Amino acid sequence: MTDTATAGRERAPASLFGRIGAQNISLLIALVVLLAIFGALRPDVFFTPRNLINIGLAVTILGILAMAQTVVIVSGGLDISVGSIVGLSTMVLAVAAQETGSIPAGILAGLLAGLAAGAVNGLIIVYGPVNAVIATLGTMSAFRGLAYLMNNGNSIPITGDSLRALGIGTLLGLPFAIWLLIAAMAAFIVFTRETVVGRNIYALGGNPTVARLAGIPIRRYQISIYAMSGFAAAVAGLVLASRTMSGQPASGSQGLELEAITAAILGGCALQGGKGTIVGAMLGVLIIGVLNNGMILTSVPTFYQLLAKGALLILAVIVQERQRARSGE
Amino acid sequence: MPYQALRDVSVSFNAGEITALIGENGAGKSTLMRVLEGEHRPDTGLVLVDGQPVQLSSPRAAHGSGIRVIHQEPEIIPELTVAENIFIGDIKARGGIFLDRADLERRSLDLLRTFGVVDVLSPGQRCHGLSPALRQLIEIMRALRPGARLLALDEPTSSLTEDEAQRLFRVIRRLKADGVAVIYISHRLREIIDLADRCVVMRDGSRVADEPIEALDEQRMVRLMVGRPVSDLFNRKERALGPVRLALEGVTTRRVEDISFEVRAGEIVGLGGLVGAGRTEVARSIVGLDPLLSGRMTVGGRPYKPREPADAVAAGIGLVPEDRKQEALLLMQAVRDNVSLVVPDKVSRYGFFSRRRERALVARHVAELRVKTPSIEQAVGKLSGGNQQKVVFARWQARGPAVLILDEPTRGIDVGAKAEIYRLIESLADQGLAILLISSEMPELLGLADRVLVMQSGRVSGELPWQAASEEAVLALAMRSDKNAIEWRVL
Repeated sequence: MTDTATAGRERAPASLFGRIGAQNISLLIALVVLLAIFGALRPDVFFTPRNLINIGLAVTILGILAMAQTVVIVSGGLDISVGSIVGLSTMVLAVAAQETGSIPAGILAGLLAGLAAGAVNGLIIVYGPVNAVIATLGTMSAFRGLAYLMNNGNSIPITGDSLRALGIGTLLGLPFAIWLLIAAMAAFIVFTRETVVGRNIYALGGNPTVARLAGIPIRRYQISIYAMSGFAAAVAGLVLASRTMSGQPASGSQGLELEAITAAILGGCALQGGKGTIVGAMLGVLIIGVLNNGMILTSVPTFYQLLAKGALLILAVIVQERQRARSGE
Repeated sequence: MPYQALRDVSVSFNAGEITALIGENGAGKSTLMRVLEGEHRPDTGLVLVDGQPVQLSSPRAAHGSGIRVIHQEPEIIPELTVAENIFIGDIKARGGIFLDRADLERRSLDLLRTFGVVDVLSPGQRCHGLSPALRQLIEIMRALRPGARLLALDEPTSSLTEDEAQRLFRVIRRLKADGVAVIYISHRLREIIDLADRCVVMRDGSRVADEPIEALDEQRMVRLMVGRPVSDLFNRKERALGPVRLALEGVTTRRVEDISFEVRAGEIVGLGGLVGAGRTEVARSIVGLDPLLSGRMTVGGRPYKPREPADAVAAGIGLVPEDRKQEALLLMQAVRDNVSLVVPDKVSRYGFFSRRRERALVARHVAELRVKTPSIEQAVGKLSGGNQQKVVFARWQARGPAVLILDEPTRGIDVGAKAEIYRLIESLADQGLAILLISSEMPELLGLADRVLVMQSGRVSGELPWQAASEEAVLALAMRSDKNAIEWRVL
């Protein structure tokens, strides 16, 4: 009895720390190896501040999506419509800005569109009920279709200094977008680790029946999680629109879902739910960002890049499954 | 490794004899079974079959020696037919390719006839949705394919009612008469006294007793298992009853009909009946899992209309579900997470966790219930069954509900932990909780409940005050009308 009482004051056992640490440490090693390879191949440009900021900018969009995806996967779901929502939200932003002549109104409309698209996903999944992969596979196509429909498949230019400032402005030498990513990361870490809702999401993904019987309103949770994922996609869309100064139905947002899911799984998310961390996902994002950047700098043809990314996703899942088999009987 | 699962165990199992194997969880019974079925090789020692040493190096080798082990959870493939499930791995093919259905059907009909279940199971029927009792039977038939010399059953009755268990015993006795050596593992001592010829008791990896069953009684068996005297399992005493905490009036769902009863503060109301009679479904309707078609409920005198289990928790109803591992616990997560799951408000402020408060609260309840765990950060899945169940109780104690529904609270728990759970249930009632106890274990139901409601086919078929509640009376109500039909249906 006394030992359980004192045990309560102890910190988590070393084995748990060791395991979480091991996953992230191996990701860090992979990252260092990639940096070394590309640094050696293109010593002239790779480590220049300009290129490093480029990598940072390139991973803002992916980072936001990957962190939201992590929450979705931890809850036991999957959202493959996020790339399409990014495209859709930039189009809504552009149209609304054009119609109202106000950039803030456009931004608001874009964010709301993402939130609504995510909520639609959640409602279909919960009340269909439709398997999350199938539901978001369907809306991936549907949202992309909507985005094309908004201007007959064409992009829409946006004019407005406030949006441009968002795209090219800097603070303390770093672009706004990178600050946004850092803020989002802090928010996601606090959310998943320190809040009741965050912890309940781990319970929900770990075993929905247990979570439900423990009094967690799981339907409301699921709808909110997909709405959050849609909103995050719209924030990513805002970053994309501010950079291109246009609404883009497809360009810049195709294939993002693949990269976001790859990053989350590289970072330790189990597709069965209940497991995954934001820090891990961000390490996964950095690996993908460096890989993308390095492949461009070393002139790897686009087709090979696609091949490499697909292989990386499958490899990540295999590693994850092996680990699961080893740890949990 | 310093830990020894088995230590110098010598034991024999004889043809035509039923040998009971008992011991607390962790005593080494399962390890012994794993040795027999070729999953685990002993570091030293020999296994002799008919006096000849054999190498049980793989499950295949054990099977070849005529040893068959049946585990607690029947392993049945739902999409296959009864015949295919029985003969899986031994299905003859015509021309080496096509399923020989005629042969399969003939062989399985023979078996079904031998077991007297040809009326309830047909060879071509799919196994999807069969009752646990029937699935068990299929597994036994599978095990008894030609060449079976020794059949070991690991807690075969844990998900069966008394009545279903009786049918299983008839089958086992028939096997004994046919000269099969039977090993019977169970926590239900009364069953063992009825069924076995001999009893082997294990404790801490050693064999501590091997005696003819006539030399043993329940008290003595428990004493041998735990190594110390255990006082009577139940403390019957009159409690002062408080106001009505939970009331059901004419509750009807898709699975139960016209259920009415009340549970008062400080009262333990038992819910008995056969598996499938609708007891768990009553619990499901109370916690908001099954919608009400008609009828009403009140909690603490106020109307109560749950749409989600969240509503039940908010109204002060706690559920300890039947399947601890699937419905109650997050096995991979820490004891701490599992306890604080239902008390977020007590361990957080503005939605943010206070780890200090959480640790203090969880540690207090874990210590109070004497959960044996190295730390509250231990993954719950690593604890023993009894300690896992205590974690579920700790969760609700932390929450402090007014009504607690217990569905088979001691399933798969060893005798020592059972006694502790009984103490706990009694003390919760003493503290004024209203308790609804669903149990298929008669001694538990009769020993704890102040009155017993008996269900049959989705309805309450009668009520017995504890003074009048006996196994016979409960069974009579559980199978009141149309006795034969029900007996066959449940088997």
